[in-house]
Amino acid sequence: MPPPEAKRAVNRSAASLEVDAVTVSFGGLSVLDEVSFSASSGEVLGVIGPNGAGKTTVFNVVCGFVRPSSGRIVWRGRELRHQRPYQLAHLGIARTLQGVGLIAGLSAVENVMVGAEPIARTGVLSGLLGLPRSAGEERRLRARSLEALERLGVAEFAEQHPRALPYPVQKKIAIARALVAGPELVLMDEPASGLSSGEIAELGRLLTSLRGEMGVLIVEHNMDLVMATCDRIVVLDFGKVIAAGTPAEVQANPAVTEAYLGASVESESAGA
Amino acid sequence: MTLFIDLTLNGLTYGLIYAAVALGLVLIWRATRVINFAQGALATLTTYVAATLLDRSLNYWVAFAVALAAGLIFGALTERVFMRPLYGKPELNPVVVTIGLLILVESVAGAIWGSTDRGLTPAFSQLGLTVGHTYLDFSSFDIFILVSVLVLMGLMLVLFRWTSLGLKMRASAFAPEVARLLGVRVGRLLTVGWALATFAGALAGVLVAPLLLLSPNMMDPVLVYGFAAAVLGGLDSPVGALVGGVLTGLGISYIGGYLGSSMETVGAAVLLVVVLSIRPEGLFAAAKARRV
Repeated sequence: MPPPEAKRAVNRSAASLEVDAVTVSFGGLSVLDEVSFSASSGEVLGVIGPNGAGKTTVFNVVCGFVRPSSGRIVWRGRELRHQRPYQLAHLGIARTLQGVGLIAGLSAVENVMVGAEPIARTGVLSGLLGLPRSAGEERRLRARSLEALERLGVAEFAEQHPRALPYPVQKKIAIARALVAGPELVLMDEPASGLSSGEIAELGRLLTSLRGEMGVLIVEHNMDLVMATCDRIVVLDFGKVIAAGTPAEVQANPAVTEAYLGASVESESAGA
Repeated sequence: MTLFIDLTLNGLTYGLIYAAVALGLVLIWRATRVINFAQGALATLTTYVAATLLDRSLNYWVAFAVALAAGLIFGALTERVFMRPLYGKPELNPVVVTIGLLILVESVAGAIWGSTDRGLTPAFSQLGLTVGHTYLDFSSFDIFILVSVLVLMGLMLVLFRWTSLGLKMRASAFAPEVARLLGVRVGRLLTVGWALATFAGALAGVLVAPLLLLSPNMMDPVLVYGFAAAVLGGLDSPVGALVGGVLTGLGISYIGGYLGSSMETVGAAVLLVVVLSIRPEGLFAAAKARRV
């Protein structure tokens, strides 16, 4: 495996992630229909839509959990195909999961350290032999992980086990884990779920602070968060992109209002 | 009193060997939810490797090191060749395969080295030591057994607690899907886990062979007691494996010494039944009833 730095160097184009005419159908039912959008590096992009619009499927397609029936996912000029689940992190794409997904048997800082795997420099052999380099590497990863927890304001919980911690704290630990390796793109699946409005505002400030440092793609149905933090928004309804643009443009788009207020009978029967 | 001391020391010695076997079982159970019934047979194989080298009058420590290295290799191969295709299949399949492997490996060992018992020259004297004027049923070799198993346990502890490799192995054992998502190559770590487990078994094999006699099924009873030790310790916990091993060793030693050696197996079974009825999850299990 070449060091991640080498892989990072390739082709930093403006549109780092491209979702190109992706269609996903399960047994004749199409969940996504020719969905296209792109995320530029350094911007916060939101994917929104009413329930069942296909938001989570978009997330899963980009992650490689769901293979599109047609269309392509392009990451920095290269098509993502047949990648194994562990490889995405090494390509500079980190994820947070719906819910939290912290590992119960590990302390908070250990959870974050596992997330630092893509920047770890020790192999199995040196780890086994307990070479000094491995110990130094261990300290380096721990320090980075503590920094990441610090940034999220939860460093005081570093040695505690996640199960015993309040949900918002767990959520911050999970975000710290996604950020620790310095990814170029973070995918977040419903980051606001389960948070109070004050905590959502705090999350918004965090996302804003990430702008320029890395790309962020959030799949979310909390409008306040999306409108306040995203540079651009892609609106899905019944598996199709019905609008895309800045928050202001999207808000002014009648198709969006219609989708959310559930207006016309035709569109509902068309999707069913 | 002397009998009690002898039985305690003897129980401790065997107990640490059971602990090494239990550790091997625990490492694999934690990572893959498989009870590796072939663990003992693989250890017999590595011990025969050591015996063959000793027959060629190689240095004991060379034979010792080669046997342990063979343990790493056999473990990794077992995972790669026999276990890898079975992940995601019904849970019983890999267990059945390890039983098949047990029979296969023991037959192969019998075919190569014959099925008659043979000795294995130990590293140190097996004569009992005399402390003051008391003769103890405890030899320099027994001390070597204690030290080497404790060193093994210590190394494993350091590996799992304080290295990033150990951290990744724990993460993969607790939550393989999440670990994969974070970029951990879980499959590779499973191979390492099997290698380490078989390494622990190989150590038990070379340590126990001078006490018993080396034959293709030498490890069968040791595996049974090691399994009892692992279950006592909760199957999930390396510390539990150590404590379970020592308790099993002591228990069997007292039962054998005071009630007669024919009661040993019965005693081990009773011990297991009693502990499991009081604490079904074992003495040291981290999580109760975890299903994967």
